[in-house]
Amino acid sequence: MLPGLADPTLDSQRVFRSVLEAISRPGRIVDVPAALQAPAPLHPASAAVCLTLLDYDTPLWLDDASARPDVVEWLTFHCSMPLAAEPAAAPFALVADAARMPGLEAFEAGTADHPERSATLIVQAQALIGGTGRRLTGPGIAGEERLDVAGLPAPFWAWASENHARFPRGVDLFLTAGRVIAALPRSTRVEG
Amino acid sequence: MTNATESRRRWMSVLAQASPDELEARWREVEAPPRHRMLRRPETGLVMVRGRAGGSGVRFNMGEVTVTRCAVELEGGAIGCAYIRGRDPRHAELAAVLDALLQNPARRESLESAVVQPLAAAQAARRRAAAERVAPSKVEFFTMVRGDE
Repeated sequence: MLPGLADPTLDSQRVFRSVLEAISRPGRIVDVPAALQAPAPLHPASAAVCLTLLDYDTPLWLDDASARPDVVEWLTFHCSMPLAAEPAAAPFALVADAARMPGLEAFEAGTADHPERSATLIVQAQALIGGTGRRLTGPGIAGEERLDVAGLPAPFWAWASENHARFPRGVDLFLTAGRVIAALPRSTRVEG
Repeated sequence: MTNATESRRRWMSVLAQASPDELEARWREVEAPPRHRMLRRPETGLVMVRGRAGGSGVRFNMGEVTVTRCAVELEGGAIGCAYIRGRDPRHAELAAVLDALLQNPARRESLESAVVQPLAAAQAARRRAAAERVAPSKVEFFTMVRGDE
């Protein structure tokens, strides 16, 4: 089995800072500062975000690509989180193969009274490219941000628009690739 | 419970309850100490100890105890864990390494006789000494049986 973060306290604080930066500035590509050897097929960024955000209180749903015994063993050892059998029952979901991910409506979107009871998705893509692609506007974005993501399924951006349309319900997404992340919260409008 | 779990539980208990100095002394005599890497560096926290009144009553929280845990992986892939009372990181690390080594059947017997059994004997002797020290002050309480029953 592989070790987790080299310094569990300080490294997870650094990673959390980058996660906070990403969700505060939707669409901006942020480096995840963690020297981490993650079990395949996880990228360092998605693995570090998992180690930082998950604990015994946060059931996690894994897609088929990430639900491998060594990944499950590693995550369970370092985070002690329970596993959720269905995407609808999980506050966190990890998607290692974005091309085959279920639609966003498959995940818990919270209720009008409790929108915070929604899922947070960690979706691993092939590459994040800033300054080009979809036009993102909304809270946390001065003017507009542009983001292109390689490796997402064709209907993804339509899902993202529908996700925004049901605000305050909806899911929040972290898109990861290699050592970087970008956030796409439900408050962000997607165009183009 | 399987036999393997039971014997592992026993040596983990002995290693955890050994005094750090004794453990260190035994460790120095271990032949070919393996290299290991940390899966979980020694970290200290609190564990709530619960009890039952009279051993069978309602569960209650007795108090928190400081615990240090550690997990290591040896070069061959064996994983060892330790949970020790107190805040001695070296004790937790040595106990975890020995736990990993003891799971290897080829080394178990020599380690049992060189490390685990002497430590267990020392612990038993300490327990006996404490019991003998307090035995003279033991008070026996009797319940008088009433004659009308």
